[in-house]
Amino acid sequence: MPPVASSNGEATLAHEGGGTLVVRLSGSWSLAGGIPSTGELERELAGTVVSRIAFDTGGLGEWDTSILAFLTSASRLARERHVTIDPAGLPQGLRRLLALAEAVPEKDGARSTVSDDPFIDRIGELVIETHQLFRSDLHFLGQLALTLGRFLRGRARFRGSDLALLVQQSGFEALPIVTLVTFLLGLILAFVGAIQLQTFGATIYVADLVGVAMVRDMGALITGIIMAGRSGAAFAAQLGSMKVTQEIDALETMSISSMEFLVLPRVVALCLMMPLLTLYGDAMGILGGAFVGVTMLDLSPVEYLLQTADAVGFSHVVGGVFKGSVYGVLVATAGCLRGVQSGKSSSSVGDAATSAVVTGIVAIIVACGVFAFVFYALGL
Amino acid sequence: MEGRAAITVRDLTMAYGDFVLQRDLNFSIRTGDIFVIMGGSGCGKSTLLRHLIGLNEPFEGEILYGEESFTRAAPARRMEMLRRIGVLYQSGALWSSMTLAENVALPLGEFTDLGADEIREVAALKLALVGLAGFEDYYPPDISGGMQKRAGLARAMALDPDILFFDEPSAGLDPISARLLDDLIIELRDSLGATIVIVTHELASIFAIGTNSVFLDSESRTMIDMGVPTELRDHSEHERVRRFLRRGEL
Repeated sequence: MPPVASSNGEATLAHEGGGTLVVRLSGSWSLAGGIPSTGELERELAGTVVSRIAFDTGGLGEWDTSILAFLTSASRLARERHVTIDPAGLPQGLRRLLALAEAVPEKDGARSTVSDDPFIDRIGELVIETHQLFRSDLHFLGQLALTLGRFLRGRARFRGSDLALLVQQSGFEALPIVTLVTFLLGLILAFVGAIQLQTFGATIYVADLVGVAMVRDMGALITGIIMAGRSGAAFAAQLGSMKVTQEIDALETMSISSMEFLVLPRVVALCLMMPLLTLYGDAMGILGGAFVGVTMLDLSPVEYLLQTADAVGFSHVVGGVFKGSVYGVLVATAGCLRGVQSGKSSSSVGDAATSAVVTGIVAIIVACGVFAFVFYALGL
Repeated sequence: MEGRAAITVRDLTMAYGDFVLQRDLNFSIRTGDIFVIMGGSGCGKSTLLRHLIGLNEPFEGEILYGEESFTRAAPARRMEMLRRIGVLYQSGALWSSMTLAENVALPLGEFTDLGADEIREVAALKLALVGLAGFEDYYPPDISGGMQKRAGLARAMALDPDILFFDEPSAGLDPISARLLDDLIIELRDSLGATIVIVTHELASIFAIGTNSVFLDSESRTMIDMGVPTELRDHSEHERVRRFLRRGEL
């Protein structure tokens, strides 16, 4: 009879009198060599009359889990066909492992069935899930609105030192990255403008282009996106891990609202810092433009800055700062929302941080589009 | 000691979505008891504790504090009722951005009219009660797991609660620290007159300190027995309870 193939371990089958099938296990069995198939045994059990399976391990060398896997599937086949298994021929260690593997019967319903629901069912579940998520978003926003109301009436409870720390982390410590990104953005805008304006010999208008673009829209937008990646993700990760360590539960059972104690200072901190960062970013962007104007376009610094001051109106500055504050609220809300919704494992904290950044950026871009439309309609 | 009921659980069914974890739970915890909620892993002990302290909502049934329904109370009233309890979470759950003293001081600052100096003094006193004198200015990650638990206990006791809840207090502690924590729990019950509710499956603790208990069974998904732990061990009519309390030997 042909051996059941394996690179090193082998199982050969032989019939003995009285309906006994002897499985001869030989060679050295290791997981590295793969787990031999029990197909041969299955065919043998189906094709001939067998009432008992015995084992002969005379030629068996070293073995590991691969032989146990072979034996458990053999034993399952035997059970299905009501054939007795006689483990007497197996080494003692192997007999005990086999007994251990089969000691606890599989719990009904414990094995999770792979979801092969009909397509329509899955769409339905998706809709229900989306609906629930939307409801929990709305619930959060409603609570936040109430909390902000209490804050404005001076009745919200949170620690001033927390707020100060958050102001430092999300405001002051963001300065280097805001400097770098907005300066380079101003520089890029200046180059784009210069190429077009040089053809008319009107390079001085680079100052108008960079100034108006930065102050009206780009300064607030790019600072908002930086804050989404920096503070939004940080807020989600902080709140998410506080959920994992039950710190939020501890607040709730002390009847301290996590909304007031954790979410509010974060929203307030970003709402305070974003206008300042936006103004700062605007200035850095204009400097970036001036750098190009002075070094590449032969404009004098004074000339460039005067031209910028002429072009940029007060309403541009106010509009830009207003947009910045709105983006700040959006980023902080998205970060805290996703943090509060986080699950209780370390991977869900990561998901919460990712989701906070995505939600924050999408919210900023949508708001930016709405502002562009509204400001245009209002003629600002 | 026959006290009045501090907590009554009435027809409680706990479920996650459609999945019923435990049903038809009916028992009461008398004042002055050290009440043990026990059962095998995954039977819903910790979930029951979360229901008792309002972190999960009952699927059916209600929970009463004294004579008053906690489940049906208005949110503001619930907040007031929660101020009478203290919870020691399994991981300690100290606020990691605050020092130990600040952790203990926070509830004091929120719910009492004490001045800053008095609060600092009371916080130091509570920490001293759990053997952490001198550790006021440490941050939670800088101290050992056993110390974090004791600090968590100091915080739970900050407002002198009537009822203290412990979620697996001895999990992750060495035998001696676990024993010291057990002694501390008895000491607190006797000196503060608090009612203690403990979720645990540590047999040594259960027998050493439990004065009453309920056994949650994961197979029948309900409570199958209640009483003094040592009596349950010797005389429970349920084989599963006796087996549990004798480490599987009958």
